[in-house]
Amino acid sequence: MAIYVNKNTRLIVQGITGQAGAFHTKACKEYGTQVVGGVTPGKGGERFEEIPIFNSVKEAVESTRANATMIYVPAPFAADAILEAADAGIETIVCITEGIPALDMIAVKEYLKTSSSVLIGPNCPGVITPGQCKIGIMPGYIHKPGKVGVVSRSGTLTYEAVHQLSQRNIGQSTCVGIGGDPVQGETFIEVLKRFNQDPDTEAVIMIGEIGGSAEEAAAEWIRSEMKKPVVGFIGGQTAPPGKRMGMLERLLAEGVEKPPTKSLLWKKPAYSSVSVQLHWERQWKKL
Amino acid sequence: MKIHEYQAKELFRKYQIPVPNGKPAFSVDEAIAIAKQLSDKGPWVVKAQIHAGGRGKGGGVKVAKTMDEVALYSKNILGMKLVTVQTGPEGKIVQRLLIEDGARISKEYYVAITLDRAVSQLCIIASPEGGMDIEEVAEKTPHRLFKQWIHPTLGLRDFQTRTLANQMGFTGPASKQFQDILKKLVRLFMENDCTLAEINPLVLSQEGMLSALDAKLDFDENGMFRHPSFQELRDLNEEDPSETAAKKFDLSYISLDGNIGCMVNGAGLAMATMDIIKLEGGNPANFLDVGGGATEEKVKEAFKIILQDSKVKAILVNIFGGIMKCDVIAKGIMGAARELNLTVPLVVRLEGTNVAQGKQLLEQSGLKIITASGMKEAAMKAVAAAGGH
Repeated sequence: MAIYVNKNTRLIVQGITGQAGAFHTKACKEYGTQVVGGVTPGKGGERFEEIPIFNSVKEAVESTRANATMIYVPAPFAADAILEAADAGIETIVCITEGIPALDMIAVKEYLKTSSSVLIGPNCPGVITPGQCKIGIMPGYIHKPGKVGVVSRSGTLTYEAVHQLSQRNIGQSTCVGIGGDPVQGETFIEVLKRFNQDPDTEAVIMIGEIGGSAEEAAAEWIRSEMKKPVVGFIGGQTAPPGKRMGMLERLLAEGVEKPPTKSLLWKKPAYSSVSVQLHWERQWKKL
Repeated sequence: MKIHEYQAKELFRKYQIPVPNGKPAFSVDEAIAIAKQLSDKGPWVVKAQIHAGGRGKGGGVKVAKTMDEVALYSKNILGMKLVTVQTGPEGKIVQRLLIEDGARISKEYYVAITLDRAVSQLCIIASPEGGMDIEEVAEKTPHRLFKQWIHPTLGLRDFQTRTLANQMGFTGPASKQFQDILKKLVRLFMENDCTLAEINPLVLSQEGMLSALDAKLDFDENGMFRHPSFQELRDLNEEDPSETAAKKFDLSYISLDGNIGCMVNGAGLAMATMDIIKLEGGNPANFLDVGGGATEEKVKEAFKIILQDSKVKAILVNIFGGIMKCDVIAKGIMGAARELNLTVPLVVRLEGTNVAQGKQLLEQSGLKIITASGMKEAAMKAVAAAGGH
């Protein structure tokens, strides 16, 4: 089962002929992902590593029955690429591109409300179901099939967590990098909902960062809805305030009441960085 | 990207949002010339132009009743180290002034537009409690803070501006003018890829007219490819030189107060690294994310930037190589250490792709590199090396 992607996922790559697109297409294919096509407007009919290239997502879907896409299109055109994929009925859209303007993403997010497509990212490492399907830029070899779901806002910090899990012989069901942009597709809660219902997932690790209120919202949801144990981690707790986010954003995020700090919202104090080695050690054992 | 108040006001004028008459000045003579142009009897306002709020309380905004006062205040403010709640204790040196017509104020209001992440929509925040710190309003009188969200396809609707005008207590022509300003401000925001547009205060004059006494605009760096001309608005004096240098090499750098220089790939891991240094009793000198695809060149530039900070007593490199291969990073570190004649202790923790080759290269390099396997060990060693324990 797992979530979002599995061995039956049929992937196309938008921007397959670009430098990053080409490199990671190869890596995903080597990992075992079924890469059935690529899209680069104007290069339809050509091939990349034996993978057929199409001019549009619609054409690619019609001839390959693809149900997932990985987007490496440059930022100025990436919002359009997401919309094209949704319009063509792709189920799972993974957008790796970073630097998409927030206003573009606001429009995309609105459009996706009327579509059955699910967007992961942008500006994210992607999603992987170990041993079955890798869509994204994460190093495949650090993963190990198993029962722990991982959801994270960050890239390399996720690799760190996954690596430590695998070293302790704890495998993962699916690892989802939702990315850190202000306007994003799947949120912590949406991913947690799927883990909650996934028979292959027994526990979840959620990795957050300071800034925004997504972690608080997720903590509330976990408390009321989550049936499986969740281990939380928030990076940047010792960062000086005011360096990364404006006060207005905080005001909006936290509402008008004096907010409890992120760590207080978790049942136990948030497992900060030491936890990478200490708390997590204990948490792993519980899992 | 931040710009100055006078630059924001120029953009306001383009959108016909009323602002007081005024111009920027870079010297006392220029300030006097502008004041004379504006009127012969004043009053005038002399405003320090820095990229931080709270200027009034810090002594950076003065009302001049005579031309002599214009000269005096301009002389005092130009070159002063202005410390406000937003600049931090180090303050900012004032290099530009805005000279404006004084306004006859009957009441002050607050208006801002920003992105509400929780719903992925733009939001207007307005309050009849203008002129003061909006966080204070939120804390003390939250019921005096009003919001309307802007639908991505429907845009700002008349009923929404009407609602806000009523909540703010506007009637008659002022209500019409307020609603007009809101619509223009939203248009400005959307057409220019803003992340924040703030008017604090928006003032009602004794003649019953509204105008933006202050103006603050921040832009989305990601949207700047659509506005190449905005690069001219950038004031590099307002940006940390190390942060600017880092940006040139696509590195993300933020200077901090500690003595352990950090070089990490990925923002999340970089923050976690800072956390673990603190928890081990040390203090990070910076946040530095070399990005997912760092090259040898980038690693070298990162070292240069870290070493420009004389507080740095040790450097901690924490790399989780995914796409980035550890042997490439090791070569970058070795090259930089040799070329830059590195004298401070260097703690390196490598993990991920080709880690064995990377570690071997470092060990055989003959350089005094302290290797660590794991974040905790790396942090402990760096703290010890910096003399933190």
